Amino acid sequence: MSHPSQNAEREPLIHLSKRSGIHPAKAWGIRLAALALGLITCGLIAFLLSEKLRSDPKLIEKFYTAFYRASFGRGKIASDPYRKTWDFLQYSALLLCIALALTPAFRMRFWNIGAEGQTLIGMLGASAVNFYLGGKIPEWLLLILMLFAAVLAGAVWGVIPALFKARWGTNETLFTLMMNYVAMFLTAYLIKKWQPMGSGTLAFANGKLPALINNYLLIILVSVALAAAMFVYLRYSKHGYEINVVGESERTAQYVGISVKKVIIRTMLLSGMLCGLTGFLFAGLNQNITRDSIGGRGFTAIIVAWLAKFNPLVMILMAALVLLLQKGAGQISQDLNVQKTAMPDVIVGVILFFIIGCEFFINYQVHFRGRGQKREEAVK
Amino acid sequence: MSGFMNYLVDSLAFGATFIYGSTGEILTEKAGHLNLGIPGIMCMGGAGGAWIMYLIGSSALPPFLIVLLGTLAALLFGALTGAIYSFLTITLRANQNVTGLALTIFGEGMMKVILDGSKLTNKAYLVQPVSYFHWPFAGRNDSLQLIGPLFFLAIIIAVLSSWVLMRTKVGLHLRAVGENPATADAAGINVTGYKYAATCIGSGIAGLGGFYYIVDYMGNNEAYLDIPSLGWLSIALVIFALWRPVLAIVGSTVFGFLFSLSSLIKISTATQPLMQMLPYVVTILVLIVTSIRNKRENQPPSSLGLSYFREDR
Amino acid sequence: MAGLPFPSERQSGPFFNESGGRPVEKQLALEMRGITKRFGSVIANYHVDLDVYRGEILAVLGENGCGKTTLMNMIAGIYFPDDGKIYMDGQEVVIRSPKDAFAHGIGMIHQHFKLVDLFTAGENIVLGVKENGRYRIKDVNERVAAIAARYGFHIDPSKKIYDMSVSEKQTVEIIKVLYRGADILILDEPTAVLTPQEITRLFQVLRRMKEDGKSIIIITHKLHEVLEVSDRVTILRKGEHIATVNTRDTDENRLTEMMVGKKIDLNIDRPAPKNAQPRLEVRHLDLHNAEGIHVLRDVSFTANGGEILGVAGIAGSGQRELLEAITGLQPRVQGEIIFHNPKKDRPVTFFHKSMRRVRELCAQNAFHDGKGRDVSFDGMKTAAIRKWVESGDVLFREDEVMSLRDKTPLEIRQLGVHLSFVPEDRLGMGLVGSMGITDNMMLRSYRKGRAGFLDRKKPRALADEIIKELEVATPGVSTPVRKLSGGNVQKVLVGREIAFMPKVFMAAYPVRGLDINSSYTIYRLLNKQKENGVAVIYVGEDLDVLLALCDRILVINSGAVTGILDARTATKEEIGLLMTKTQAAGKEETK
Repeated sequence: MSHPSQNAEREPLIHLSKRSGIHPAKAWGIRLAALALGLITCGLIAFLLSEKLRSDPKLIEKFYTAFYRASFGRGKIASDPYRKTWDFLQYSALLLCIALALTPAFRMRFWNIGAEGQTLIGMLGASAVNFYLGGKIPEWLLLILMLFAAVLAGAVWGVIPALFKARWGTNETLFTLMMNYVAMFLTAYLIKKWQPMGSGTLAFANGKLPALINNYLLIILVSVALAAAMFVYLRYSKHGYEINVVGESERTAQYVGISVKKVIIRTMLLSGMLCGLTGFLFAGLNQNITRDSIGGRGFTAIIVAWLAKFNPLVMILMAALVLLLQKGAGQISQDLNVQKTAMPDVIVGVILFFIIGCEFFINYQVHFRGRGQKREEAVK
Repeated sequence: MSGFMNYLVDSLAFGATFIYGSTGEILTEKAGHLNLGIPGIMCMGGAGGAWIMYLIGSSALPPFLIVLLGTLAALLFGALTGAIYSFLTITLRANQNVTGLALTIFGEGMMKVILDGSKLTNKAYLVQPVSYFHWPFAGRNDSLQLIGPLFFLAIIIAVLSSWVLMRTKVGLHLRAVGENPATADAAGINVTGYKYAATCIGSGIAGLGGFYYIVDYMGNNEAYLDIPSLGWLSIALVIFALWRPVLAIVGSTVFGFLFSLSSLIKISTATQPLMQMLPYVVTILVLIVTSIRNKRENQPPSSLGLSYFREDR
Repeated sequence: MAGLPFPSERQSGPFFNESGGRPVEKQLALEMRGITKRFGSVIANYHVDLDVYRGEILAVLGENGCGKTTLMNMIAGIYFPDDGKIYMDGQEVVIRSPKDAFAHGIGMIHQHFKLVDLFTAGENIVLGVKENGRYRIKDVNERVAAIAARYGFHIDPSKKIYDMSVSEKQTVEIIKVLYRGADILILDEPTAVLTPQEITRLFQVLRRMKEDGKSIIIITHKLHEVLEVSDRVTILRKGEHIATVNTRDTDENRLTEMMVGKKIDLNIDRPAPKNAQPRLEVRHLDLHNAEGIHVLRDVSFTANGGEILGVAGIAGSGQRELLEAITGLQPRVQGEIIFHNPKKDRPVTFFHKSMRRVRELCAQNAFHDGKGRDVSFDGMKTAAIRKWVESGDVLFREDEVMSLRDKTPLEIRQLGVHLSFVPEDRLGMGLVGSMGITDNMMLRSYRKGRAGFLDRKKPRALADEIIKELEVATPGVSTPVRKLSGGNVQKVLVGREIAFMPKVFMAAYPVRGLDINSSYTIYRLLNKQKENGVAVIYVGEDLDVLLALCDRILVINSGAVTGILDARTATKEEIGLLMTKTQAAGKEETK
């Protein structure tokens, strides 16, 4: 018979268990630590990739201040010194809008990864109205019609996968993913049709979003209002309650007489409509459209929604965080003279790995072999 | 050779990119992991392979060895990128969709950093492996010459994967892991090991797809920009192929066919985007038809997208 | 004692221990010493000791939730103990995974079968087995057939699991373990899904294995099975080892006392039915499910108010479909489902009927004013109608008779018919696991209240009431119900369904997984419903309980009714026979 302490070596090295609950402060501590680790790792990667940084290691300071400078630094243009901040807020707002649009679907466990396409198609709808009616009718009417068309187009794009999911259980993740590309090529096709000799970018003279004090505020206010409305909708409305029940268990929903099909279709209509609304904001902001106008924000928004655990209020913070990272990473590649288009992706990707991975330490407890043994000895 | 034959061969050659990508994704999905990072992984594989070819391409090594080293590098880069995904989703049990999307962002950026940032302006690294293996009977400029060793490697990998999945114990175990990990675990199968192996090997194979496209099929240094969209198509193809690598060969050819249809029938450039849309529309149709027919054998692996934790109660 | 670090001192224990007195020649196969396992803050096992000998059947007895399965899962490598040691043949072993367990010749047949639905029986059996030579499924199937023949199982190795019945699946599970040459077999509640006849056959197989020198551990909470098949019994209570005794030295009462910790009156009340009137009539009910399988065949019966109708049958014989068909959860039903409401000369209320429905009925001249005169709401405002109805002066002319067929659950409710249904799958169907008690109360009532928005006040009050009345142990009304124990979950569900003021109360396996005290609470609640004149339909698996609690018992097999018996005179054997009677025979009988 062998002595217990020798056998301890044969026990699993690491043993996991699910946490029954964790103090919110501790959870946020873990998340901040992950963010810090991610930033340090990014610094190391930058060191490897940038010759400029290697030759002058002091530049590393610039690396870390870049995140602040990119979003909150003072611009050089005297007339608009806060441009960077407004810009940051505006694009956070747009990202937030898409994430909020996804939220009801995700709460229902309907994995809509088609926000990219739904937003683009909304933008296309708005652009179509602008193309055919721009300059021919009053600007205010044009904007209203653009909004209407965008919301309608987004709703159609969102509800198609929902109809098939409701009727035949067609896998929505893959369906919505494919719809993104259909939307992209449909946009490319129409742009070419409208402007056969063009470069693929269709610009408009009309259909500009009205300024509210400045050009940024309207979008920001819309997004915050949307976040509040979404929070109330999910927490206090009957629809929100039904969404939660369906998401948790379709059988429970049927059992209490909720029509699962109806809820799936209704929720995806809403999700698509909100994406369409965001598409309208893009159209009115850019006053042009290309097949890449959304630029992957529909995918980034999925990450934002997930990071916020589908809570609309937390989402405001997460959208800002992701944008802060993106803008900072862009600034870094400028400062450190590394590949401009690529570096932001690498930095954002790496930091996301850390934030995504850290959820593990929030949900699970890790026990190491050594500790159990000590406890055993203490008992003796 | 006739124009049509040229076109057909081109479809086959182009389709090989998808064979790599979708076979890799099938292996991953069979282990229960929906890897939306495949586009990023294909980018990394392509970048890694091309980079090595660039480093050794003008050396005195025999061409065969250069190609082999490039291929191995692509495999390794793909597998290593897959390892990031594996660690996050298998060990840390992170959400698969979100991790995959983040990986795609990362992979795309990293590819550009490697290929663009390291100033690969000349084509020195683009030694087309195919140019060392000529068909004796075809003319020098025949499109048949497009089909080279890497094309056949794709076919071999797909057929081999099908055989392993359906005819061997390892395949049986892997399918069990993807269908019902708790059962596989209780049967004494190393679930984590299988998941890691399938995901990393699958990613390595997908990485080859990126390498094949840049170096062999296209053979120019702008080609890498297309890879992300080819990656998404590869994921689509998995559905089209009903999770069977052999069917992925057929599907890949069809996709290749659809993709370059516009160049064959000489339609106006205006309708070209509609042609490019076709593969996605066809995939959606397949998805709908299989869900309506609802045959159990044609459904995605049951535990696809779900993390496994043994002590879940 | 339990915490002693040196097992060698304890090893001799069983040899001289009076209660476990074994002949010395019996060879020890496996020992567990001081096993402790926690899940978060819950202690599932605390310093448990257990011995298993070669060639014996050991029963591990305990109430649901006492940690039997957890303990066995640690031998099978599913869980790893936080503390304690396991010895085999005197050597300490570490079982980290099911693979380790197999290597030591341990195999477990889980209560919830661990099979891959998409695979054939043969593929499932060979899964994870290390064999020499090339893998060919044909060879595997031959070997499986050989094992089946040796122990007298009937099995088609190339049949897919999703095409199999429950008992076929169990057979696959047992062969799976035998195929690996296991010497120690653990069976977790193997009889729960079997008929009495199938149980007898299973026990024969187990005895044969025992004669082969194999050790068999059978987890159960059914006393008579323990007495019938086991050699020794180990009793667990609340995660702790209470005693190990020889089966022949004990009896049902002593075992119960050890299991529960106090003497318990095992008798279930059965008040005589008062004024039993037909409440729910089911005629020629026929149903094919979504896969096209014929799940209900020409089912006819009547459930009376003030009576408990038991439903007995092998698991999966159509019980679930029957209840779901009545509640409107099954489309494509044929036949009749008729609801009787003895309302003649009783006042109309808004409890079950909406204003809209009351107006509709009034237009059909269904009411009188207590003196036989017609009631007319013409030209009246809603508030005035409400006042009049609530004064109790508006009475029904006739009993209500309504067809419930082809109606969704929502439509049935809008008719003013309250059917309560406690489904088998509590957290997957009856409740939402991630929501608190308040939000779960709302499941039945959330449609009421301000347009568009939820009213949480009344559900909250109901939640508080149920917690108090039924003694639900919970940290608070917003704690997710998933975190509650099985008994408390069931109290929440049953409480809500009773608060719904039903006319028909249906419960599928309501005491499954509950400890004895909770089970008796549920029986009491059902009896109370019965006394209130509700028609209670109780689907159960424990025939003893069915016979003690119900007034009549309907026996169902393969979706057909094989008999309706008076529970006061029927016997277990009689029911068992009806449970397995083939349909052809059943038809002849009814002719």
